[in-house]
Amino acid sequence: MIADWPILSLTIWLPIIGGIMVLASGDREPNATRWTALIVAALTFASSLPLWFGFDSGTAAMQFVERASWISQFNIEYYLGVDGISMPLIILTTFITPLVIIAGWEAIKYRPSQYMAAFLIMEGVMVGVFSALDAMLFYVFWEAMLIPMFIIIGVWGGPNRVYATIKFFLYTFFGSVFMLVALIYMFFQSGSFDILGFHELKLTLTEQILIFIAFLMAFAVKVPMWPVHTWLPDAHVEAPTGGSVVLAAIMLKIGGYGFLRFSLPITPDASHTLDWLIISMSLIAVVYIGFVALAQQDMKKLIAYSSIAHMGFVTLGFFIVFIIMSDAGPGTGSGALLGVEGGMVQMVSHGFISAAMFLCVGVLYDRMHSRQIDDYGGVVHTMPVFAAFMVFFAMANAGLPGTSGFVGEFMVILASFRADFWYAFLAATTLIIGAAYTLWMIKRVLFGDVSNDNVAALEDMNSRELIVLGTLAAAVMVLGLWPAPLVEVMDASIANLLQHVSISKL
Amino acid sequence: MHFDSSILIPVLPEIFVLTLACIVLVVDLFLKDEQRIITYGITQIGLIFAAVVTLLVVQPDAQVVFDGSYVRDAMSDVLKVAIYLVSFVAFLYAKDYLKDRGLFKGEFYTLGLFAVLGMSIMVSANSFLVIYLGLELLALSLYALVAFNRDSKQGAEAAMKYFILGALASGMLLYGISMIYGATGTIRFDELSTALASPDLNNMVLVFGLVFVVVGLAFKFGAVPFHMWVPDVYHGAPTAVTLFLGSAPKIAAFALAVRLLKDGLGELQMPGGWEGWQGMLIILAILSMGVGNLIAIAQTNIKRMLAYSTISHVGFILLGILAGTQEGYIAAMFYTLVYAIMSLGGFGMVIAMSRKGFEAESLDDYKGLSHRSPWFAAMMLLFMFSMAGVPPTVGFFAKLFVLDAVVSVDLTWVALVGVFFSIIGAFYYIRIIKLMYFDKPLDDSPLTAGMDTRIVLSLNGLSVLALGMFPAGLLSICTAAFAG
Repeated sequence: MIADWPILSLTIWLPIIGGIMVLASGDREPNATRWTALIVAALTFASSLPLWFGFDSGTAAMQFVERASWISQFNIEYYLGVDGISMPLIILTTFITPLVIIAGWEAIKYRPSQYMAAFLIMEGVMVGVFSALDAMLFYVFWEAMLIPMFIIIGVWGGPNRVYATIKFFLYTFFGSVFMLVALIYMFFQSGSFDILGFHELKLTLTEQILIFIAFLMAFAVKVPMWPVHTWLPDAHVEAPTGGSVVLAAIMLKIGGYGFLRFSLPITPDASHTLDWLIISMSLIAVVYIGFVALAQQDMKKLIAYSSIAHMGFVTLGFFIVFIIMSDAGPGTGSGALLGVEGGMVQMVSHGFISAAMFLCVGVLYDRMHSRQIDDYGGVVHTMPVFAAFMVFFAMANAGLPGTSGFVGEFMVILASFRADFWYAFLAATTLIIGAAYTLWMIKRVLFGDVSNDNVAALEDMNSRELIVLGTLAAAVMVLGLWPAPLVEVMDASIANLLQHVSISKL
Repeated sequence: MHFDSSILIPVLPEIFVLTLACIVLVVDLFLKDEQRIITYGITQIGLIFAAVVTLLVVQPDAQVVFDGSYVRDAMSDVLKVAIYLVSFVAFLYAKDYLKDRGLFKGEFYTLGLFAVLGMSIMVSANSFLVIYLGLELLALSLYALVAFNRDSKQGAEAAMKYFILGALASGMLLYGISMIYGATGTIRFDELSTALASPDLNNMVLVFGLVFVVVGLAFKFGAVPFHMWVPDVYHGAPTAVTLFLGSAPKIAAFALAVRLLKDGLGELQMPGGWEGWQGMLIILAILSMGVGNLIAIAQTNIKRMLAYSTISHVGFILLGILAGTQEGYIAAMFYTLVYAIMSLGGFGMVIAMSRKGFEAESLDDYKGLSHRSPWFAAMMLLFMFSMAGVPPTVGFFAKLFVLDAVVSVDLTWVALVGVFFSIIGAFYYIRIIKLMYFDKPLDDSPLTAGMDTRIVLSLNGLSVLALGMFPAGLLSICTAAFAG
């Protein structure tokens, strides 16, 4: 039986050990290094596939569980397992990493072995974050994730990389240490660090609110939510293409995942009490940050701000359910279900689209060494194939029906209508603002006359870039046209989560 | 009077170290300068044997000898072995440094061994008098070691400062001890706890005594506001001495605190409260974490930076002790041992970077280390992340266990203050990483450290990672130390 194998451990440790091997091999044979890294990433993706195909979508219980004692004195366990919420995100992680490695194939000439190794190690650690069911194991992976990203931005980043990476590190570190204290506090209430045990823990409203705020500091920085988003544009602009891709496609999702795994089930009453706060922060992100994106001159910064706006949709979807449920309860209709599932679909979809957008900018940057919109113009004349892809991804980013970007946003807007017309109205403005900033950028970069000699000298994509963008385009298209399998996988887990959340702990 | 020689068995490790120190002293007289390596060899082999002897005399139960003034228990066994091994590694790192600077003399090892002996005595003391003797033996050896480079003005100044402030601290401690003796009529720790339980105590005198004892303790630990000597001494002493000074004596200071506060004055504590010595330690711990971490940011000299970082780590160790519970002492002990390992690594790197005529003391000297030596840059990265408390390094677990202990006695706010200052602390540790990895090197000369230093430094770095992945082993040793 395939489910009995330690698939999760394999998916975590294979890339970490592979990464250490790549690191040890050094830079004497850069090509061998790149191939090794790619093979490790591909094997990791293969090893994660049984999670999807062997997954039983009929149950909300944890699957592929592995459990062993780690630090027995404090009841800390090596406890792994996935449900319908974490499994798609693990697949997303293992799917994106090989693409990142291919994308960095030629662009990274400086110490390729360390670059590849950092991404592989980070992949394993991120899978660990999604599959940990012991809070301390989760925290260890959560913090360990910072180390490779810190190095990636700092070593291979742009001119202002040091400022950006230290800001990134300190912001996330600041957010997460308070979560640590909350976890320790709950350890003394429940006697173990078992996350599922925390779900059942009875807490007073005051305790819940304090714990909720501690979690909020950790997850809001990670997502990132307005007003603690300022590290993200800096980090994105300075990071190498691969770093931006992983940051946008996976790391931001860890914040959203944290809300579903910790905040909602552990502190349901506090989440309900403070839902206005999160909803307002989300709507500000959607509307205000959308306008900020409109004003950007730097393509990466624009996409970074668009990421913040899109992640606002995710948190909106997660917390709008409290308004729906207080009106209608969790069972009636699927309004609440729609909100959380919409947020989840949005996370997966944004993983593909933001990755693709950053890779598109990377393709241009590798040729022109500029991210300024003003330096471009008329790229379509010299790079027609690339232009086609970029227009497609831009449409997806703007939420065009038929692409995955539409599905999540539509589900969340639909759910918001059940809560309040004005929430839905504000959320829906993103369709206009999003289209405005994305398509305006496309217009200025791709269309018009060839603006200067540098653009005239551009060459179209090579086969490697074509493979990467083609794969992502296929993913965006499939998820846009046929999201049902993804929704089915998470259905039972999310229904169970909402059932749990609807019962007050007081 | 009949003398039962079996009472000497529990003190065999101390007898061994004393004999070793005397042998080194005498043998060294007959050696020429180029044969000095023999002195070094005897010292190192002797320290390993001292650890073995300590393990040989292990008994399941605590043994109290010499009319109750000396105790051998699980805690003393663990701490003594740790002190011997840490000193071994410190001497090993120090060897090349001393050779390059013409300081490779027998006195270094004699003084070092007497310091080790002093630490052993502190660890095993069961009365105020013995603990004071051990402390002074340690302190006097260290004063001399700090001034070991006779031609260095800085060293002489640092030693002078250390001596004067150290003498003042000893005076405070003695004064406190005399008051406690006046109030209770005993200097033995086990009798003290029964005496303290009796209702007709002169409370005023006792409380004054307690304050003076805690002040003396804080001086020795280097806790704020009694920390003034730490940066100057760390900075002024030869790096080889700083390395020794910053590692093993912290273990002894921890033992001093546990013996005084837990074994001796344990009756005066109220877990989780402000009364007794808890309140004083809360203030000391918070000030240490705050001042240490904040001022470390402003340093441009790595030895001074590590000195302030030490002060902040002392704050964390005090957090564990002030919990006043079994878990708290275990966590503090874990933290102390981990700190000794990290400190060895950090100063070991400073030594490995330095060479004749170049001290590698400025932060700028670490620029671009990853170009010059990727492997040692990675080791330094591990030490820095561990000191900052980032998993998966062991420094995180040390902090976690201490925070656990503090939260368990309902001092969650103190834990919040602790994590807040560790965020500030993270900044100056990752600044070192920034210098090593993101900046261009100022000079491209490769590291000249000897093979033995390289191997041990690598093991030291990897141990930070390995202990972080599997902290349960070291934790169970610490648990066993307080099981009695």
